[in-house]
Amino acid sequence: MALDTKSETRQFTVVGTRPLRPDGIDKVTGRARFGADMTAPGMLIGLVLRSPHAHAKIKRIDTSAAEAIPGVHAVVTRADFPVIGDNDFIADILDNCMAGEKALYDGHAVAAIAASSGAIARKALKLIKVDYEVLPHVTDVDAAMKPGAPVLHEGRANETVPEGMSSNVVARYEFGHGDIGAGLAGADRVLERTYRTEATHQGYIEPHACLAQMGPDGQADLWCCTQGQYMVRDTCAAILGLKQGQLRVTASEIGGGFGGKTTVFLEPVALALARKSGRPVKMVMTRSEVLRATGPTASSSIDIKLGMTKDGRITAGFAELRYQGGAYPGSPVEFGAMSAFAPYDLDHVKTVGWDVVTNRPKQAAYRAPGAPMAAFAVESAIDELAKGFGLDPLEVRLKNAAREGTRASYGVTYPAIGLEATLRRAKDHPHWTAPLGSNQGRGVACGFWFNFGGNTCVSMNIAPDGTVNVIEGNPDIGGSRASMSMMAAEELGISYDQVRTVIADTASLGLNDVTDGSRVTFAVGLATIEAARDAKREMCKRAAMVWGIEEDAVEWKDGAAHPAGPNAGSHPPMTLAEIAAIASNTGGPIAGHYEVNAEGAGVSFATHMVDTEVDPETGAVKILRYTVFQDAGKAVHPAYVEGQFQGGAVQGIGWALNEEYIYGADGTLQNAGFLDYRIPVASDLPMIDTVILEIPNPGHPYGVRGVGETSIVPPLATIANAVSAASGVRMADLPMSPPKVLAAIKGA
Amino acid sequence: MQYLAPTTLDDAVSMLAAQAGDCRVLAGGTDLLVRMRSGFAEPDAVMDIKRIGALREITTEDGGFRIGAAVSGAEMAENAALVAAWPGVVEAAGLIGSTQIQGRATMAGNLCNASPAADSVPAMVAAGAVARLASAAGTRDVAVEDIPAGPGKTNLKPGEFVASIFLPARPARSGDAYLRFIPRTEMDIAVVGCGVSLTLDAGGTCTAARVALGAVAPTVILVPEAAQAIIGTKLDDAALDALAAACSAAAKPIADKRGTVEFRTHVAGVLARRAATIAKTRAGEQA
Repeated sequence: MALDTKSETRQFTVVGTRPLRPDGIDKVTGRARFGADMTAPGMLIGLVLRSPHAHAKIKRIDTSAAEAIPGVHAVVTRADFPVIGDNDFIADILDNCMAGEKALYDGHAVAAIAASSGAIARKALKLIKVDYEVLPHVTDVDAAMKPGAPVLHEGRANETVPEGMSSNVVARYEFGHGDIGAGLAGADRVLERTYRTEATHQGYIEPHACLAQMGPDGQADLWCCTQGQYMVRDTCAAILGLKQGQLRVTASEIGGGFGGKTTVFLEPVALALARKSGRPVKMVMTRSEVLRATGPTASSSIDIKLGMTKDGRITAGFAELRYQGGAYPGSPVEFGAMSAFAPYDLDHVKTVGWDVVTNRPKQAAYRAPGAPMAAFAVESAIDELAKGFGLDPLEVRLKNAAREGTRASYGVTYPAIGLEATLRRAKDHPHWTAPLGSNQGRGVACGFWFNFGGNTCVSMNIAPDGTVNVIEGNPDIGGSRASMSMMAAEELGISYDQVRTVIADTASLGLNDVTDGSRVTFAVGLATIEAARDAKREMCKRAAMVWGIEEDAVEWKDGAAHPAGPNAGSHPPMTLAEIAAIASNTGGPIAGHYEVNAEGAGVSFATHMVDTEVDPETGAVKILRYTVFQDAGKAVHPAYVEGQFQGGAVQGIGWALNEEYIYGADGTLQNAGFLDYRIPVASDLPMIDTVILEIPNPGHPYGVRGVGETSIVPPLATIANAVSAASGVRMADLPMSPPKVLAAIKGA
Repeated sequence: MQYLAPTTLDDAVSMLAAQAGDCRVLAGGTDLLVRMRSGFAEPDAVMDIKRIGALREITTEDGGFRIGAAVSGAEMAENAALVAAWPGVVEAAGLIGSTQIQGRATMAGNLCNASPAADSVPAMVAAGAVARLASAAGTRDVAVEDIPAGPGKTNLKPGEFVASIFLPARPARSGDAYLRFIPRTEMDIAVVGCGVSLTLDAGGTCTAARVALGAVAPTVILVPEAAQAIIGTKLDDAALDALAAACSAAAKPIADKRGTVEFRTHVAGVLARRAATIAKTRAGEQA
């Protein structure tokens, strides 16, 4: 198959196997230390006072009564932080961590206390008096764009926004090529429809937690649950006016992140309390705080115009996307506008994205940020047109699928990609032809994600007994310690058990970008392989020294240095352990290093298939069967890859069916808890079947592509298409909660 | 805060009578402890009734069952005779929380938490269950439907607590069932709940019935019109339609984050129809 022409015909021995995870015993025995598990002598407990109003001017904060309570060591408000003059990005993060002139959403932090116990802190928190002037609020994206809507900020719109729009509209993006009008004119039918999705939270099980300490000399240490300790260091240093090298950040074990831990919430506040009190300060959020005040993803409203010929060729695609990303600029609408039509080879395509602010918490990345909503709209429209013409929805997608050489709607020309392979495998899978019962329907949809590389630094240390440590700088959120150990073992020619990978703090390794963009197995893996090659070169050099031959007359294979070439002479091979044992006599410790700003991440595609059953009397939707087909490039540890496929599908099922941010008329969040913010429970789900395809990424030595995000892109449309087939009504408004589905059935 | 742990009923009523401040009775604690932890309840004292042996037992009495106030859902599910006689009540209690919660949660606690959405309460009301209240003044028996006064409020007097729940003897050919609607499959709270208990004659005609609804009013409600719609019928489609209509008519729900008025009103009828059908099948199997 043409897609495979760039593959390296390499036989792997470790990569592709399924060894036990190195963190397994710690996690099942409770020994693993998460964010809240760190303590320090003299530690204080920090708590945050949060706004009960969706939008209010903060006229005055009186902390004197709270400060008078014995056991209260520090109270901070925005006045305790420096003014950030010239950096909107950092200034917005600070304002989100501690409100300035206005509280911009229900749950916005307005003050914080550090006290010698949680009970004292809770008591003191009630004594802080905040004088609010309540302002009109807006939480809906379409309402916020209307002239006359309550305005959050003046003067934040960038130059892309036309004059005369609401000040809540802060940026406009446009992508595409061709002539939409001409393309639509060539269609046998044009579908126009508006699609809506609600904000959903990443729903990580571990709430945000940290322990901060800072001495009078300015040296600070922070232990926290994060997707990127360097991001925490650099952001906190910028907010608090610290030197990056003086703040050491250590990442704890992480109980999920999904993008939501790629920014800071508590950390600068904990550092400010530690600086003011001179004591270590620990802060742990409640679930209610997590839902009210950390980043869910954007809600969206999307208009689609799609033209199709009766034989299934898409003649033109247009999408106008409106995303609200909470109280500050930065909704992921740009990614939505770039990815909406990315799976398709279109002559005429255009997307316009609008970034809008509302009185909701500042959005944070959520697994392929911005893409699931856009795919929901486009893939629903394709399905509706295909079914209207009586066409097979997989065939329609194959007819329009992007391939190697396709110019994507967002501008790039694709190298070898795997979309077509996922569609063909889906069509051949027994799921596609399995019989369906009454009130049941099947849906399919495709999804795309860019993937990312980024700044990466890895060290590898060879111990005297021949065991190996890989030192990397990204928290292990999806199995990266196992994957790095496997790639190191593969490259060194040793067993997986001889390698242990550890996560370094910010002082121990060069900059590593935050764990995002499904970058770690790709970029850190690449750096691990190159660090191993560096160590191998050094070990060949040491063997050459022992044998008294030239370095280039030594080669590494099967875990040992071998003499090679005509002038090498005859020497028994030296294993890694043998070389390590005498390293003191051949030049000292042996280590490998690699530093890179990695490119060539390799885009990823998936096709999902689901069977649903709709109860026509209650609107309840049951997921009967679900299959994920996704290109992994090369699956280093297939069990983790399957887990990523399944996890994305499950989060997508929650987003499609029951998860939503529900706001009351007063703009306060009505469901800040896991009872009424309904992520799926195990009994809601069938086994999620997975099919891993391996179309090697030419940008990685082993062909690896990121797999963590693509899997959440197709489910919204996949499920909506299935529910529409089962119920006979097109569902264009998420979540498809029972009251909404029942109302649609009754209204049909 | 004071923790009280009496071992006899007499001690319990006198301890409770002696409390001047806010004293809460702790059975399974699956509501109370959560409320205390989240800061919604800050009692001066907690009286744990789990060490009172009599309150940990299920006993037979006049052909019925007396279920102590500290008996957990899991213990009910392990009592074969109770399951056979009152499968609907047992399955309703079994819907409260997870497997772990089932080891603690009690029907008496579920009743006294006074949530209109409490799962075991519509099943108990349909069953004609009677709560025995204990206080220093003695005991009194009150129909379960008369215990809740509104969301979070009961008609218990100060110093009084539920000591046991009594489920009466069953005539032949009787069956009960409880269904709730939740958006998920477990770990959720009823958007609507419906309990039905009925008795058939030898010919399959319904001779007695009680129907109760949850989560559609400030308290769980008994719906006599719904029972009347099926008494004297063989629960044919017309009777079930009348039952569903009576339940929808009796439902006076609010619209909130869990469901709209229209949805709850409609689903009250749907669940009544389905629960009655299950109860009829169970009654038939008992012939």
